[in-house]
Amino acid sequence: MKKEKKGWKELPLGLVWQSGTSQEFETGDWRSDKPIWDAKKCTHCLICWIYCPDSAIIIKDGKVQGIDYRYCKGCGICAEECPPKVKAITMVREEK
Amino acid sequence: MIVARTGNEAMAEAMRQINPDVVAAYPITPATEIVQHFASYVADGLVTTEYVPAESEHSALSACIGAAAAGARVMTATAAQGLALMHEMLFIASGMRLPIVLCLVNRALSSPINIHCDHSDSLASRDSGWLQIFTENPQEAYDTTIMAVKIAEEILLPVMVTTDGFIISHGMERVELIDDDKVPEWLGERKAPYTLLDVDNPITIGMLDLQDYYFEHKRQEIEAMNNALPVIEKVQKDFGDTFGRYYPIVDEYRMEDAEVAVLVMGSTGGTGKVAVDRMRKKGKKVGLVRCRVYRPFPRERMLKAITKVKVLGIMDRADTLSTLGGHLYNDCRSILYESEARPLLKNYIYGLGGRDISIEEIETVFEQLLEIKERGRVDKEIVYYGVRGE
Repeated sequence: MKKEKKGWKELPLGLVWQSGTSQEFETGDWRSDKPIWDAKKCTHCLICWIYCPDSAIIIKDGKVQGIDYRYCKGCGICAEECPPKVKAITMVREEK
Repeated sequence: MIVARTGNEAMAEAMRQINPDVVAAYPITPATEIVQHFASYVADGLVTTEYVPAESEHSALSACIGAAAAGARVMTATAAQGLALMHEMLFIASGMRLPIVLCLVNRALSSPINIHCDHSDSLASRDSGWLQIFTENPQEAYDTTIMAVKIAEEILLPVMVTTDGFIISHGMERVELIDDDKVPEWLGERKAPYTLLDVDNPITIGMLDLQDYYFEHKRQEIEAMNNALPVIEKVQKDFGDTFGRYYPIVDEYRMEDAEVAVLVMGSTGGTGKVAVDRMRKKGKKVGLVRCRVYRPFPRERMLKAITKVKVLGIMDRADTLSTLGGHLYNDCRSILYESEARPLLKNYIYGLGGRDISIEEIETVFEQLLEIKERGRVDKEIVYYGVRGE
């Protein structure tokens, strides 16, 4: 996940950067806890997708596909908000 | 065209001819007139500048930063407390590599409150990443203001051009003006490497820059300052070739065979040169060095100039309040460390709060320096010259 950072001679001048670089900034490497999504239990209510403070719940055609671990910071909000009768997301310790 | 102009009027004329895209400023004595004259040029339609009368100097420089980031050619003017209020934004301007030109009229910083000249204001901003060029008279202030635009835009750092408050800002002298159309022709258009308004190439500037990148960006800025002197020299030569007036980085006066010399900045250069002439008439081999470009510090040129003499009196119009004496004194001691030729140094802190320095007083300094040369040693390295009770 770690990328080689540029030296001062290669960086753009004066703190200027192209736009949209947050896509390249993979915030997932901060994570200490990791959500595990269970496809069998999931009812695709999308509450986790609504509450995720990043964009780490992957959705396709209105259905949850899984978690984007490149950006998921492991905050656990998705697991907390998943309805008690469903419990499709559980948090586990991140192994590095 | 030959006219009579004060330093402030000369700088305002330069700004009129430069016709910057944006001027954002707030008036403060003794720099008020620069902005006041410029405001009337705007009102009279003599310039096409977007003029922003800001509510404070902090806001004025902030507006300048925004405009410069949008690719505009930007200028402002201030003095003392105004520069102090800009302090936070000075670092933002240089860190973002924005070529803003600031006409600074040197005035003593409060407290005690004072409106007259010393160099405590610009020297307190010494480490802000701005170039600082101290001028001696209205002609030099006018020419340097024009040159500063080109210097700033080439090295991508902001430039402060200073005059001594009241002594130069309000002192009327003969000034040779360049024809109005020749100034924009010489400067050309600003070509910004990036701009906020270029929607086809969207950019992020001024973003958070933590442990992983801040150091690299600062290193770039340091390199820009390290490489600035050759650019200043090139622009000064080009200016001279075009308009006939040449300026040095370090001004040397009658230094060829001088045995002792004084080192000064600003208007004291003019006063000191007269003192040199008078001493020379008496057969005394004295000279004068004037530090015109103060930041970046012209290490090599300064060494070359000051090592010509056996004794050097360094006249600082500010004190660092650090037990170490004045700014120039510290810079010169630093560059002399590895030099084989080392003149004896004496630091004269003088003229604080606008206290006058006369030709006779500088002649007395020369007499003292000649005496030191005879004795071969300096008894007191830092003296406060012209203060009562010493």
